[in-house]
This record gives sequence, structure tokens and C-alpha cells, in this order.
Amino acid sequence: MSALTFTLREAPLQRVDLAALTPDRLLGLSESKIAASELQTTRVRLCAGDLFKIRMGDAMQIRFEGGHERFDRVGAGMTKGEINIAGDVGIQAGRLMQGGRLTIGGNAGPWSASGMKAGTVAISGHAGERIGGPLAGETVGMRGGVVVVRGDAGARAGDRMRRGLIIVEGKAGIYAGSRMIAGTLVVRGRTGSLPGYLMSRGTIFAMNGSDVVSPTFADSGVHELVAHTLLASYIQPYSSEVAAMLRRPWRRLIGDMAVIGKGEIFCPAPN
Amino acid sequence: MSQLTVNGIRVDDTFAEAFGMRATALTITAHSAVWAHQAAVTMTGFATSVIGCGCEAGIDRSLNPDETPDGRPGVRVLLFAVSTSELQKQLQNRVGQCVLTSPGSACYAGLEADEELKLGNALRFFGDGWQVSKRLGDKRYWRIPVMDGEFVCSATTGLSKTAVGGGNIIVMGASAETTLAATVHAVEAIAAVPDVIVPFPGGIARSGSKVGSKYKGVVASTNDAYCPTLKGSGRSALDSDIASVLEIVIDGLTSTAVAAAMRAGVRAILMLGPERGALRIGAGNYGGKLGPHHYHLKDLLP
Repeated sequence: MSALTFTLREAPLQRVDLAALTPDRLLGLSESKIAASELQTTRVRLCAGDLFKIRMGDAMQIRFEGGHERFDRVGAGMTKGEINIAGDVGIQAGRLMQGGRLTIGGNAGPWSASGMKAGTVAISGHAGERIGGPLAGETVGMRGGVVVVRGDAGARAGDRMRRGLIIVEGKAGIYAGSRMIAGTLVVRGRTGSLPGYLMSRGTIFAMNGSDVVSPTFADSGVHELVAHTLLASYIQPYSSEVAAMLRRPWRRLIGDMAVIGKGEIFCPAPN
Repeated sequence: MSQLTVNGIRVDDTFAEAFGMRATALTITAHSAVWAHQAAVTMTGFATSVIGCGCEAGIDRSLNPDETPDGRPGVRVLLFAVSTSELQKQLQNRVGQCVLTSPGSACYAGLEADEELKLGNALRFFGDGWQVSKRLGDKRYWRIPVMDGEFVCSATTGLSKTAVGGGNIIVMGASAETTLAATVHAVEAIAAVPDVIVPFPGGIARSGSKVGSKYKGVVASTNDAYCPTLKGSGRSALDSDIASVLEIVIDGLTSTAVAAAMRAGVRAILMLGPERGALRIGAGNYGGKLGPHHYHLKDLLP
């Protein structure tokens, strides 16, 4: 059976909330009920049928043909199935995801995978700031699952991350892994200033170094660890180049000593 | 006792009687196969019989780097005990004292099952607060800082409640030399069977035991019916041409694995023939009333 497909008719005039269009919510619904799903974020009513041309198919595989930076909360709260969006998305894509796979063909806005618990988010373009991070007032960010960003990530990637894995194949902005509680953040490109700011535990790979590392991190030398090979094996299906880079010695910085200091940043070993 | 004769070797019409046990498996790795083997040998030392060792343990097989979680050479080890609590205790003590301490070692779950035993979850406290938990997908590991780097260990390993202990072959020959040759030949054949161990020294027990003793408090004593020096005492099960007896005890993760191991061992002895090997094969049982698993030798013939 082919995918349930939403083809964008024209760019939305308001921000739209696409959290209603996930496999678990659409499974078993008729075309008319799907078309009547409300997506508006203003007082102007906007239904799925108004914004998209709908082609019925397997609701466990949802495809959006055409994206837009006003598409907010794509795949938010999804528990199973797949969503594939050929284009950009707005804020909070994959927020609080509990399973399934969300594939974004373009760029994603801030708070992608915010508070995510399980599943996979793959972003072909760039991600905005605070990927995996908590919203204001929340104490914990990402709690599980895997996020892969093929491009760059904005500031505070993995903020308050508790568990799970974020891979950024491009660069990361300032304060990557800020306030991390646990989990793993891997940045293949250059990492902005002050990675791991106030992290208590967790692991950051700044594979191409960082502009400025806080003096509250202590150098514990260069190590070739068994744990890196386990991580490499796990990462291999998501990013083979990053996996290959992991299998080498890395310089370990422990910190942030401004808090409990049990986190770690791995950066290139000096030549 | 009625007997069959195969390739000139007498095969008793009897059966091995085995028992249900709790079991687990581990994958131990190190920088080299030598050190992985060293850790495994140390961990499975003094683990020949639950009668006096608390558990029975041994090496199942060596693992190539592409078979281990961290891509290093490894060894698969099996442990068997009579209860879950004893198995947990033995696992924790043996990994803690023998694998954690071995240079460059790491230790992973070697069995996946619904029920689990604590592995790293019990050993992590050695890290004194510096240990790091790392969850990768559905697997959780502990990284414990040690003096040569880090000891990496799975948080848990699987528990099997359908394991079998006590499969056995009794090998009888005309001399100590030929009997040992036949038994070693069988042990080598059994080594190729997965999911089983032969826990005695080199896989061979020369002091087979019977249940109980004339002495109070002694739970097992020499199997006098199979001691050649007691022939003629009235209770001997040995013929006049038998001068030496050895036993192979087999523990397996499944009854099928134990049967396969016994079949491989019996076949090897029979193929060796009576001139260079054994004159007779038997098996130990308790009349069939104690253990639920019965392996009849006649069903295991090639």
C-alpha cells in the first residue's frame, strides 16, 4: 500500500500545527475526517483539506509533498509509523516523540525533537537552536531516541538532554550540550564557543574542536576507549563517517567543574 | 546390564539423567585473544561442580572480533547454578574478581532473555561515583574507571531457566592411557557444539560421584561401582577388562544442546575404536526419579 500523502496546495497564511497529522492519530480515519482535522494557530479556521490535497494510503506511512517554515510541530507526540516531509518545517518538529521515524527533507526550526522520548528524527538540512531542548519552564530536554542533522545545528543543541543521541554532521552553535544531564551529543563540524556549559553529566564529541572551551573543564589526556567503539557501532547505521571518526584516540575534558563536573567533552587529540 | 556393540565398543543400554538449572552467558573481550581467554579462564576456575563450587562454568567458544560488541577478540562463557540467587552471587563475584581485574577486559551480556541478572548494575559501585551509564538503543552499559582506562560492562545479562546440567558420558577402557585418549577425543568433539560446556578439568572428571555417603553430612562420595580398584567388592559395575574409567559432564543452555553434545561425544569415542580408545560407554543416572531429562545412549548412536 502506498503512503498517505498530503500535497501542499499553497503556502499557509498562518503558522499551522501539524501535530494532528501523525500515523497513530490518523490510523483508521476516513478521508473526510482527515480533511476536517484542524491545523490553525489563529482564530482563522484551517483544516487539512484546505491546505493539502489528500491522497489516501497507509496511515502508518505519511508523506508531505512540500514543506514550509510555518509547518510547526510536525510529528509531535507520534508513537509509531513514519512521516516523511519533502521540505522545510517550523518549530518543535518531533517534540515529545515516543516512537517511529520522522524524516525532514529540508531545514527544521528551533526546538526540533524537544523532549523527545524515543524514535528517530532525521533532518537533511540545518536545525534551529535548542534541538532536543526543553521549552521554557521544563526541566528536562530530550529523554531518548536518535536525532541526526546532516547540516548545522543552532545554539544550545542538546540543552538539558537527559538521554539519547544527537548527531550533527555539520557545525553546532554556541553552548552545545549546555546543562546536559546525560546522553550523547556528537558534532562532526566545528562547535561554537563554550560547549558543555554547566553540563553535569553526559558526553559531547566536538570532533572538529571548539572556538572556546570553558576553563571549568579539566584535561584528562588522550584516550582510546572501548566505549567509543560501542558508540561507533551504534552510530554506524545513522552516520558512517562519524562512526569511522569515533574509532580513534580522543582528548578527554571533564567538567563542567562549575557544577558537579562528571560530564565529558571529547575533542581532537593534539598532533 | 544389556549392551549393544558398535564398532567393537560395548554401549550400555542406559541413560544419562540431567537436571534443570539456571544459566547465563557472557561475552568477555580484551585487546587480544590471549587476554580475553585469560580473563575467561580465571573467571571459570574452581567451577567444576555445584556440589562444592557454587556454580559450574566454562568456555563455550572463542569469538572473532566481528562477533563481539566492541570489535575485539572475545570468549563466550556459560555459568550454571541451581538457583537464580546463587547464579547472581556467583556471576557478580566472578566477574568482579576475575574479569574486572583482568587487563583491558570488557564484559557483555551473552544471552538475551526476558528475565535478567545484574551485571554492570551490580559492579558499577566499584566506580565510587565516577562510573558512567551509557544507553545505546535498548542496551545499557556501565563505564567504570580503572587504572588502565575503563572497564565497560553490560548493565544486565539474560537468565535462562530452561538450562540443563548433568548430561554425562562414562568412558571405560583397558588402561588409563587409552581411556584418557578416548575421553579427550570426545571432549574435542563436544567443543564444536554450541551452547554447552564441560566444566571439569580439561572437560574430564576422574572422580565421578554418587549421591550421599556413609558419613553424616557428606552429600556426595566416590562412585564406587565404577572404581576399578573395587572390582570384586560386590557392588562393582565394571567388567574384568576395564581398568580405568573417566566421565564427561555436560551442561547446556537447552536440552537439545546437551543431547547434541552427548551425541558428538559418543560418536567420537565409537569412531576411535577399542584398540586406541574405550572398550565400553555408559552413563550415570539415579534410576530416572530425580532428573527430568533422560538421554538414552541408544538414541545417541551414530
